[in-house]
Amino acid sequence: MPEPGPSWDVVADIQLLLQFHFMQNAFLAGTLVALLAGTAGYFVVLRGQSFAAHMLSQVGFPGAAAGVLVHVSPVLGLIVFCVGAAVGIAAIGREVDAGQRLESAAIGSILAFSLGLGFLFVRLYGGSAQGIYAFLFGTILGITDRDVQLTFAVALVTIASLAAIGRPLMFASVDPDVAQARGVPVRMLSLAFLLILALSVAITVQIVGTLLIFALLVAPAASALQLTARQGRGIALSVALSLAFTWLGLALAYFTNVPVGFFITTLAFVFYLAVRLVKTRRTVVAPA
Amino acid sequence: MSMLGLEFMRNAFMAGGCIALAAGLVGYFVVLRNQVFTADALGHVAFTGGLGGVLAGLNLLAGVFGSCIAVALAIGALGGRGRGRDIAIGTVFAWVLGVGALFLSLYTTARSAASGTLGVSVLFGSILGLQPAQVVVGSLTGIATAVVLLLIARPLLFLSVDPEVAVARGVPSRALSALFFVLVAVTVAESVQAVGALLIFGLMVTPAAVAQNLSTRPWVGMALSAGIAVAVVWLGLVVAFYIALPASFLITGLAFVLYLASHLARRMSRIGRLA
Repeated sequence: MPEPGPSWDVVADIQLLLQFHFMQNAFLAGTLVALLAGTAGYFVVLRGQSFAAHMLSQVGFPGAAAGVLVHVSPVLGLIVFCVGAAVGIAAIGREVDAGQRLESAAIGSILAFSLGLGFLFVRLYGGSAQGIYAFLFGTILGITDRDVQLTFAVALVTIASLAAIGRPLMFASVDPDVAQARGVPVRMLSLAFLLILALSVAITVQIVGTLLIFALLVAPAASALQLTARQGRGIALSVALSLAFTWLGLALAYFTNVPVGFFITTLAFVFYLAVRLVKTRRTVVAPA
Repeated sequence: MSMLGLEFMRNAFMAGGCIALAAGLVGYFVVLRNQVFTADALGHVAFTGGLGGVLAGLNLLAGVFGSCIAVALAIGALGGRGRGRDIAIGTVFAWVLGVGALFLSLYTTARSAASGTLGVSVLFGSILGLQPAQVVVGSLTGIATAVVLLLIARPLLFLSVDPEVAVARGVPSRALSALFFVLVAVTVAESVQAVGALLIFGLMVTPAAVAQNLSTRPWVGMALSAGIAVAVVWLGLVVAFYIALPASFLITGLAFVLYLASHLARRMSRIGRLA
């Protein structure tokens, strides 16, 4: 555990931070996660799929627990369950509309069942309370070399596919009808993006946990979209914010022993709030 | 050993039944009024509020009830100003849970490892380990909530189904909505003891959704919803007694199975009518 505290000497602080292997792993995985979450998150907000992200991450909880139960990496369980849920969402309905009465009741029922199932799995392998908190609120401990490798592979595949479909996806997200008319395969794209989203959620959960996914996957992108309408800049900003929240959050968690999820959600929340306040004041002065 | 010979089982049946009764009735209106996500958000608040209460040296229940009611009133005061605020709401409630995680870690470091499971019991329920005071509070508030809801059920139904006509007929819509929000908050706070903050949907929403699948008549639906909620809790407790699985999982799992069955039944009857 950290003996000397942080100082104003940034270089010494960074050396202190990275002196243990688990922190190196946490920073490596965190960086990959932030890169992916910032990019995928931009499309999530643009397409109004923040609720789907929330849902996928909650389905991830039993996935991670099942991974531990059958002695494979929790990340693998997360990936299997999240991708499965994404296929399910795609099969059931094209849009998961939170506004529909019975549909939201159905989703609520599925989520409660899924979280209950996760709890059951944890109990079945005799997991500790700390283990449950790690799944739900994220952890900086216990990210193994295997997890980092898996995260790297997933991030590589996902960012590459996002780059490949980025242009038509942007078109299809902003104006689906025109895109359809121009021959863009809108349905295929939305399925592809749902799968990308599932993979992104699966690896993001490692850092912030099942319950706090909004902080990394949605809040940075939402702030970026408030700040700029230009797409390239927006994505860059979203990635930069994700990285900043993750790195700062990890560092603060290391030095204070408080869960990383608290810092990342607080940073994301405060920044989003500030952006919204600035925006509101500006629109009050000059209504857009 | 007979099941009802054990005090903790009697407590669980008694408190669980009363809480389920309230959850089924209030939940019916939650689904009818399309406020499912308010209940979810309140569940998150309950977790943070409960742990905050304990940290501040108060009672866990005091924290849960206090924070739920305060937030419900705040949501009610802000009113349903348009949709499309899901990002703002999601960010706020992720932060609320983040603060809960902070409280949890502060509490665990302050009190040694023995209390490390408190958070788990708030998140996933602790119906088999209720304290005598919790049994009394849970049972009484459950029954009180159910009674108040039944008293306002007729105008609330009117208001939920046809708000404009109801207001024109002189139904006090703001007062009624505010009162209903408080009932939701109290029910969420009670349900935290039964199934936990994360599984509230399973007790408040799933039985109501089953009821709506089975009947479109409001009074029948209300009775069904309450009946199913109580049945699911009691059945879950019985199963948990014989096979050692978590009670909250069994309760939400049974409710979910019923939901799937009712969904299928509705489909079948619709296909049957078309044929």
